[in-house]
Amino acid sequence: MSQIENIAEEASKIIKKYDADYIEAHFEESTSSHISYRGKKLDSIDSSRSIGGNIRAKVKGGWGFTSFNNLKDLSSRIEQAISQAKFISQGDIELTTAEPIVDKVILDEDKNPFKIPLSEKKELASEYNDIIWQTPGLQTSVVSYGDSVKKSIFINSIGSFISQERADITIYLMAVATNGKEVQQSSLSMGSRGDFGRIKTLHPQVKEMADKAVALLAAPQAKGGEYTVVLDPVLAGVFVHEAFGHLSEADFVYENENLRRLMTLGKEFGTEELNIVDGAAVPGLRGSFKYDDEGTPATKTYLIREGKLTGRLHSRETAAKMGERATGNARSISYRFPPIVRMTNTYIEPGATTFEEMIADIKEGIYAKNWYGGTTSMEMFTFSAGEAYMIRNGKIAELIRPVMLTGNVFETLKNIDAIGNDLDMNEGGGCGKGGQSPLPVSNGSPHIRIRHCLVGGA
Amino acid sequence: MERILEQAKKVVEAAEVFMVSTEQTPVKFENNRLKHILSKQSQTVALRIIKKGKIGYSATNDLDDVTMLVNSAVETAEFGTAAKFEFPAASNYPQVDVYDPAIESVSMEQMLKLGEEMIDIIRGHTPDIACEGGLTKSTTTIKILNSTGGCAEYRKSAFSMRLEGTVIQDTDMLFVGEDESSCHPLTDTKTITSSVIRQLEWAKEQAEAPDKALPVIFTPNGVASALVSPLVSAFNGKNVYEGSSPVGDKLGKAVFDTKFCLRDDASIPFCPGSRPFDDEGVATRCTTLIENGMPAAFYYDLQTAALANTQSTGNGERNGGRLPSPSASVFVIKPGNTSFNEMLADIKEGLVIEYVMGAEQGNVLGGDFAGNVLLGYKIENGKITGRVKNTMVSGNIYQVLKDIAAIGSDSKWIGGSFSTPSLYIPVLSISSKK
Repeated sequence: MSQIENIAEEASKIIKKYDADYIEAHFEESTSSHISYRGKKLDSIDSSRSIGGNIRAKVKGGWGFTSFNNLKDLSSRIEQAISQAKFISQGDIELTTAEPIVDKVILDEDKNPFKIPLSEKKELASEYNDIIWQTPGLQTSVVSYGDSVKKSIFINSIGSFISQERADITIYLMAVATNGKEVQQSSLSMGSRGDFGRIKTLHPQVKEMADKAVALLAAPQAKGGEYTVVLDPVLAGVFVHEAFGHLSEADFVYENENLRRLMTLGKEFGTEELNIVDGAAVPGLRGSFKYDDEGTPATKTYLIREGKLTGRLHSRETAAKMGERATGNARSISYRFPPIVRMTNTYIEPGATTFEEMIADIKEGIYAKNWYGGTTSMEMFTFSAGEAYMIRNGKIAELIRPVMLTGNVFETLKNIDAIGNDLDMNEGGGCGKGGQSPLPVSNGSPHIRIRHCLVGGA
Repeated sequence: MERILEQAKKVVEAAEVFMVSTEQTPVKFENNRLKHILSKQSQTVALRIIKKGKIGYSATNDLDDVTMLVNSAVETAEFGTAAKFEFPAASNYPQVDVYDPAIESVSMEQMLKLGEEMIDIIRGHTPDIACEGGLTKSTTTIKILNSTGGCAEYRKSAFSMRLEGTVIQDTDMLFVGEDESSCHPLTDTKTITSSVIRQLEWAKEQAEAPDKALPVIFTPNGVASALVSPLVSAFNGKNVYEGSSPVGDKLGKAVFDTKFCLRDDASIPFCPGSRPFDDEGVATRCTTLIENGMPAAFYYDLQTAALANTQSTGNGERNGGRLPSPSASVFVIKPGNTSFNEMLADIKEGLVIEYVMGAEQGNVLGGDFAGNVLLGYKIENGKITGRVKNTMVSGNIYQVLKDIAAIGSDSKWIGGSFSTPSLYIPVLSISSKK
């Protein structure tokens, strides 16, 4: 992987010569492979390679952006981006000041999934599929493994030259059970930042997932309404990502007066026990990196400290507009897109309550685990559990059908009245925003308890 | 492409080269003003081979590297699935118009003007709204070439407009929005602005949200956000073949309301989802999926069709540049003859559902949907009285679409690949925060 290095060198020589306030370029090479089983059989196995780049230029009020996989004739691409930016010619964009950075981040060889032979990856997928099929009563299954290694080079007109390599692994498993009348499904997803070892020992979870799909056929559905709910670390992680993380992305608030008022630093969002963090500087997770896609070094940002709003996620543009510091959260899923404000690793810090204490005084509630997905409108969020149980008189009771939970972020964060001592990070997710999906992120939390949570049901 | 095919043919029994090239120009508005102009060029070539009876596949956008492409396809074929199909030979494709040369001459100024006009009209109605929006024009060329003699090509143009508005008062947020797309350049903002203004009008007041089962009307946007995914999944030939589709063994049986008819049809002229042939070179056809409430057929690609002992319906698509798999092309729910106002007039207490957030996050395969009614309105005595909040709906399409009170005459295109009228459902579970 060196083709882009020469091109980046060449571009960095000419990029300063143009008539623009600021120009940056990304060049990227990536390789990925994918293996999937459906039912008892191998469904597909494929590999792909991608190479390309982009130019982003700022002239006064506008951004021009071109992306391409034909890497010839860079100067006309640069000129095109500049003329687009000039065309906009209204308002003004500022960027926080930045120092030129020259650095190289190399992939650890033991975190390179392409060092693992394809046959071994296929073997693992097949092994998990066999475990799924040990459960009687299944109709079909899915095992989907994917990995990628990406090298990206960032350069800009103030002299930065940053080369970073990263790897990503994801595995998604699903079991489907039917009884002739109904279909139920149960799934599991995991990921890692290139460490194949992390997904090699899922055997017990895979077995449990397959059993769950069959058990769900006989499970009753919860009655819709308000409940006290306890979320496991995985689902609470999805909750913090959806319900609060997206609201902390400054591109949503920075140009809107009403929202800026609503999101004033110091505002109370939860109890004193509530601390929420985002940061790519937390090492070794799927959302970790050394520099973001604007060349800003990664940080760790407290979004909520002791219940109060203390920070938000920024690009250089949003930070400048709000008079705050760039936090290293400008990310893009590939060279085909400009960077936008995104989360990295987002989590609720652990508190003091044990799980037993948390459920002890709940007469009737719901214990929701794992996730199907989640989404937000900023004010309202929804997220769905992959697995749920009734809590009755302080004890976990019967399995119920998966539930969907919804709420208003401003009320719901205040309704968190217990935070567990058992933080765990979920690395199986990908985040979507502005047409860019899935972006590798992680999120996590200890167990948490939420009062008055709206649950959909029969 | 010929070069890749020639090189592959030396080492494999059969091969197919697929190429897609796109030029796209999106113009983006943020917080009521123009913010970004982008231009995107991309070209991807994919090689599918059959070696020793097994499928191999590799894709790249580095067109200079033919040897690497062939080698990695061969490498995957070692572990690949047994091929059950043959690449289609040259055939006569139907005439499906999806390219309008007028797209090439749409200027940046024209796109900018349309965007500004859209935002001005909406702000003229609601001054403190924050609008985001965009216009995109694109052209795509698809070429396919295989060792059986198949060779085909088409070009497609597309133009889309989108507007999303947010009105914020204290912590209350109202979201409205609409989009429109065509293979022709769009020149009028009226479809979008009149729809957004209607949403703003209906959402002006806040109404008390009900907490019980009631009649509901799903608008076309509402149908798209809550009810379509389970249908797309149920009629996918792959799910049917694997036995995970609830309708897989119900061809010709009464599953849905007798008024309910659905077809997959990529032959509609100038519809962005249309095409003369699919990503495997199989000719487009119109497939009736549901006839008078009875499942009539499923949609297939070549491999799945062969496994299931049937024919491809021309629904092979390469999502994310992967191997082809069955995908819905253009779904059309047949309109009825009841007007939206007649439906409204029939309801004493109920909801109009315009957008459900998160409905696809549950057991879609089993037909479940549940989500927050992000945009919905209360009906009292046949009239819309305002917007509801903190409200959730949930149900299962095999119950909800079994008994449809009325199907609207108001068919509307959503996202260029789905057309539906409003659906009036006599009873749906609604939960609201007290």
